[in-house]
Amino acid sequence: MNRLPLLFIGILATFGSAWLGIVAYAYVNLGSLEPLVSEDTGGLLPPPLSGSAIAGQKVYAANGCLYCHSQQVRPASLSTDIAKGLGPRRTVARDYIHERTVFLGTMRTGPDLTNIGVRQPSVAWHHQHLFEPAQLSEGSIMPSYRYLYKVRKIQGQPSAEAIAVTGPHAPGPGYEVVPTQEAKDLVAYLISLKRNYPLPEAPEEAQ
Amino acid sequence: MSAATALAPHPSTRVEALSTQERYEIDRSLRGPLLLFFGASIFWLLIGSVLGTLAAFKMNYPGFLDADAWLTFGRMRPAHLNVVAYGWASTAGLGVAIWLMARLCRVPLRNPSLIISAGLIWNLGVLIGTLALLAGDSRSVEWLEFPGYVTPILFFAYSLVGVWAIVMFRFRKPGHVYVSQWYLLAAVLWFPWLYATANIMLIWQPVQGSAQAAVNWWYGHNALGLWFTPIGLASAYYFIPKVIGRPIHSYYLSILGFWSLALFYSWNGMHHLIGGPFPAWMISAGVVASIMMFIPVITVAINHHMTMRGNFAYLKWSPTLRFTVFGAMTYTLVSFQGSTMAIPSLNSLTHFTDYTIGHSHLGLYGFFTMMMFGAMYYIIPRLTGWEWPSASLIRWHFWLAAVGIILMVGTLTVGGLIQGFALRDVEVSFMSSLHLASPFRYVRSLTGILLTAAHVAFAVNFTLMLLRAGDQKKSPTLFSKPTEELASV
Repeated sequence: MNRLPLLFIGILATFGSAWLGIVAYAYVNLGSLEPLVSEDTGGLLPPPLSGSAIAGQKVYAANGCLYCHSQQVRPASLSTDIAKGLGPRRTVARDYIHERTVFLGTMRTGPDLTNIGVRQPSVAWHHQHLFEPAQLSEGSIMPSYRYLYKVRKIQGQPSAEAIAVTGPHAPGPGYEVVPTQEAKDLVAYLISLKRNYPLPEAPEEAQ
Repeated sequence: MSAATALAPHPSTRVEALSTQERYEIDRSLRGPLLLFFGASIFWLLIGSVLGTLAAFKMNYPGFLDADAWLTFGRMRPAHLNVVAYGWASTAGLGVAIWLMARLCRVPLRNPSLIISAGLIWNLGVLIGTLALLAGDSRSVEWLEFPGYVTPILFFAYSLVGVWAIVMFRFRKPGHVYVSQWYLLAAVLWFPWLYATANIMLIWQPVQGSAQAAVNWWYGHNALGLWFTPIGLASAYYFIPKVIGRPIHSYYLSILGFWSLALFYSWNGMHHLIGGPFPAWMISAGVVASIMMFIPVITVAINHHMTMRGNFAYLKWSPTLRFTVFGAMTYTLVSFQGSTMAIPSLNSLTHFTDYTIGHSHLGLYGFFTMMMFGAMYYIIPRLTGWEWPSASLIRWHFWLAAVGIILMVGTLTVGGLIQGFALRDVEVSFMSSLHLASPFRYVRSLTGILLTAAHVAFAVNFTLMLLRAGDQKKSPTLFSKPTEELASV
């Protein structure tokens, strides 16, 4: 092939077509969605994230939660995600507009977290689970995130923040486990994950 | 047709001949820069193997090395991916691309310090990026985990090589442009567009919402398809005919294969997001393009197979050819597999499971890494002026790598399918999907040890070569001495 202008134009044009179709299209059409106003409550859908939950996204990213946990519910026509209780409806583009980084995920080595805040709203449960996953969910292969916690000597009264921990890494008598700010933010983020509000573009499907 | 082709093959099916003096001058000019690229890539290969193997064992023993943040799975896994993608595969790929470019343009390297600087800056970027990931400075954007202060370093280093390649091409000696050069030019132009777009839209100024995921997988798939794959195919198109001393079977198949790859591969990325929060047409376009990939893949497979036909005996003794043909055959296999994985009904089974991990290793390792090994076995002795000191280390390298990757992909594939059936069965608990996949994950961890051992054999041979160990050989190091019958083929 010695018609070089053709070669260069072809190389750039083939690539450019997909760049326009995927990148530019997504940017224009999915990159500027607005939240809806709920007719029932007057609140925004999806609801905005709290400051702590936004900080928690960074902890989620820094510690690689995404590599085992997805955050997407596929439609009933394609999968059993809804029948298996991952959420009442499929997730759509508008569900993710508040996320600084979108954690759709590609693996389900661990359970999907699209609606973990609905399934497990307890702050204490999340702290205990992050500290020692296998204690609360037997057979789990999730690693311990106890490096997000501090073990310290109880000074006077035990701290109100202290979490009840059992298992091999439970502290000895006179010691307590308290979450770092990172752990608190991460749990705030996990609890905020509730994509069960109604959106007109994603009606709840019969299973 | 065969008689006519044999008599007068299209001139573009042959590499233009070089005199011994020209070859010597080109290889000598590339010596320092390319030994830097190859040495660094082997270093990262070893680091990447250890990170991957440790991460794999963590799935078997979650308590293994879980006390410190930087040693946990969530940090080692992205470190593994980025080290092998940017430290090993891209560094080795750039080295091979530079050598092929110089040889095919038939011009020695005039400014080695430029390429040496590029190599140093690139590897500095990979080092800082890897340490940043282990320290927890990651946005968890798959394939693009390196933080925003690292990507400009990599981009700058890449640009030095990219601009050099275009300039080199501009000042090539007259003659036909060989098929490998089309792929190299394409890769050189596609990568900066890809990398810059993805980094601007995901890391520096993240776009809103699920548009990120579309850009993310447009990048992730194209990094494989339009960066590694063209370099791998350029290498196969060069070394297969080179080792067996025959022209490429068909010029027209080469053209069809090249253009259909360029057109379809770039649309493939959306098949990673089937069922995700996107308009249906985007997903459909990704699925259709993935199925269309059968065209370039079958075309290239036929072209390579017909070139090899009657010459498979060379696999017995040529390390370069054995690794390259392994890579070329795996390319066909992994591409077929990839196309089928885009079919929505099958995708709903394999998505989110170890099956996908098996597929990506078959591509990046079985195809691309093996292809780079083949190329390096050919190129490095020509840089050092010293043959590979040990044939048995090459043999160990090949068999450990071949058996390791086949076993790894096999266990991940079977385990992944079982996991997929469990995940979609409404009656089966999530925890059962873990237990069912567990035995396969043990075997997978062991295959990580096999691959690491293969890489150690390679690294030892490379080091011995730099130290000029053993006696100087007069002919290339082969697996075994060709018989007379073979030598006369």
